[in-house]
Amino acid sequence: MKWFRRLLLLTAMIAVLLLGWLLVWLFFGGEGHQPAATSASKTGAAVLRDPALIAEGAYLVKVGDCAGCHTAQGGAGYAGGRSLATPFGNIPVPNITPDRETGLGDWSFDDFWQALHVGKGRRGEWLYPAFPYTSYTKVTHDDALAMFAYLQSLPPVHQPSAAPALDFPYSLRNGLAAWRALYFKEGVFEPDSKQSPQWNRGAYLVQGPGHCNECHAARDTLGGTPLNVHLTGGQIPQQNWYAPDLSTQRNGGLQDWTGQDIVDLLKTGQSAKGVAFGPMADVVQLSTQHMTDTDLQAIATYLRSLPARAQPLEEKPPFSTTSLVQHGEQIYVQRCADCHGKNGNGVAGVYPPLNGNSSVTEPSGINATRSVLLGGFAPVTAAYPRPYSMPPFAQQLSDSDVAAVVSYIRRSWTNNAPIVQERDVSKYRQTPID
Amino acid sequence: MRALALLVAVMLFVSTCYASDAPTTIPDTLQQRIVACTSCHGVHGEGKPGSEFFPRLAGKPAGYLARQMRYFQSGLRKYAPMEYTVRQLSPEYMQEIAEYFAAQQVPYSRSPLPPVSAELLQRGEQLVNKGDSARKIPACVSCHGSELTGVEPSTPGLVGLPYDYISSQLGSWRTHTRATVAPYCMSIVANQLSASDITAVSAWLAGRELPADTRPQPAGSVKQPLSCGISSAVGSGA
Repeated sequence: MKWFRRLLLLTAMIAVLLLGWLLVWLFFGGEGHQPAATSASKTGAAVLRDPALIAEGAYLVKVGDCAGCHTAQGGAGYAGGRSLATPFGNIPVPNITPDRETGLGDWSFDDFWQALHVGKGRRGEWLYPAFPYTSYTKVTHDDALAMFAYLQSLPPVHQPSAAPALDFPYSLRNGLAAWRALYFKEGVFEPDSKQSPQWNRGAYLVQGPGHCNECHAARDTLGGTPLNVHLTGGQIPQQNWYAPDLSTQRNGGLQDWTGQDIVDLLKTGQSAKGVAFGPMADVVQLSTQHMTDTDLQAIATYLRSLPARAQPLEEKPPFSTTSLVQHGEQIYVQRCADCHGKNGNGVAGVYPPLNGNSSVTEPSGINATRSVLLGGFAPVTAAYPRPYSMPPFAQQLSDSDVAAVVSYIRRSWTNNAPIVQERDVSKYRQTPID
Repeated sequence: MRALALLVAVMLFVSTCYASDAPTTIPDTLQQRIVACTSCHGVHGEGKPGSEFFPRLAGKPAGYLARQMRYFQSGLRKYAPMEYTVRQLSPEYMQEIAEYFAAQQVPYSRSPLPPVSAELLQRGEQLVNKGDSARKIPACVSCHGSELTGVEPSTPGLVGLPYDYISSQLGSWRTHTRATVAPYCMSIVANQLSASDITAVSAWLAGRELPADTRPQPAGSVKQPLSCGISSAVGSGA
């Protein structure tokens, strides 16, 4: 038995040592890397000043919607300064103008590539995946170089970033090693030779710079999207909007959308199938409306090739919904039908249809509920500089009235989505608007 | 035969009634486009009786109104529903909307007042018309016009506004949820006011009889007692 006790003791000692090393590494490890000096970088300054490369980068930075996160409300472009709320704490968005002290002024292209492609900061630290390197890793080396050249051509703005305010244990950056093992696969987009060049261009834009999957797929409790989950739709954490399934699935997907409908929505903010609102309105205004028709058509080709997915089983509510839906119809006739029409078909170019609208029928009901509460203008784009608008009903309708009218539109005409309940409305009424 | 024709006509009429889904034409007017604004502020910007936090917009200087929308966009002025509503609007569209409301001429409505003592109302009147030099509080009339109808292009009128709105705005200047181009005169003034001063001023302003002419005074017709960022910014067109 002696040998057994010795073995046990040895194992325990090794375990303690390993645990100790792990703890030391979690708290203090991985910060020793020194950034490469700009002059030592293989990419010369002259290359980065090439106007053609800068122009290409300007386009790609728009495609990537970098401004969407890296510009604060009322702040200078790309100078950071806002804080992204996540379920794990707040993550400040850094300044990416070429200011030497507070921005990317001292960065080499290698530093930039390491951030975009590997998700590693300049000092070798793992970056928090609020920065969507899970998608940006697919961006090609040439495109990354163009983006960097454009960012380096911006006027430098001096604006320091705050320190991350994450809850323990997420505040330990080295914990990201485990996260990365689960949710991150490094690698540039690889074209599929069986598909057309147009399909491949669309797939690249959607999966890489466009980083559509960061919102249009559900995140799990660790804030990650499993590697095999692609554009299946999901609720955006903290913001409480639902980014719909982009496959050709019914009820919340793009079934019945033509390629032109997809191009129209991305180019103008409106389409025959619905209008962009909430965070997608900002994406259209800042990013997709500036994309070339060729690229938008490529995106449409790719999205329309996504296979339809199995229908989720509908949960039957434990009570009769007839009176709720009937009450909803009365409100609809009084408040909504003048613009959206008795049959929910809207008015082309003015008011969106509700019948067959994927944002009405998405699984959660958040989008329709919050649209009723908030109202607002359709996206302001070059195509629609003076859009029509919808009244905010938060000040006019009670939670039970909103639940009734939203349930009605989700179950009428060709729509067949679950009802929403009063308690859901009360929750979304309190969601802060960002 | 005529009966049959009549029957067909009636049936056609009935079927078109049922077929008419949406109204055939949506008016191509600014008024129709901005229902997101008018559902709270009134079709003519007259405000909303019973909802005293939604201010009247009609007749306020267009420059002032456009500026407030820009401030909601940039976060200088904080109110989530307004920030959400105007967040994408272009400067040109906001100017057009501002001019629409500035041009509206609709009667003022009276709003309820809280029960305040005669003394407090007197204090309110004194602050509005004379200020309080001992506490470096300028009179409201010294910037907002002798009849408090505002001054072109960017000083709002204080007539016909509800008590709730005026007092909440004075509070916003103190808590920096409302701001303009620095230095913020109104923030300085609001911070000099005591809580009871705010009640006094708001109540007196809300209860005051309207002047015969409610139009804003012309630009340059007042000499401001404080150096305000907004006044120099307006000159430079910022």
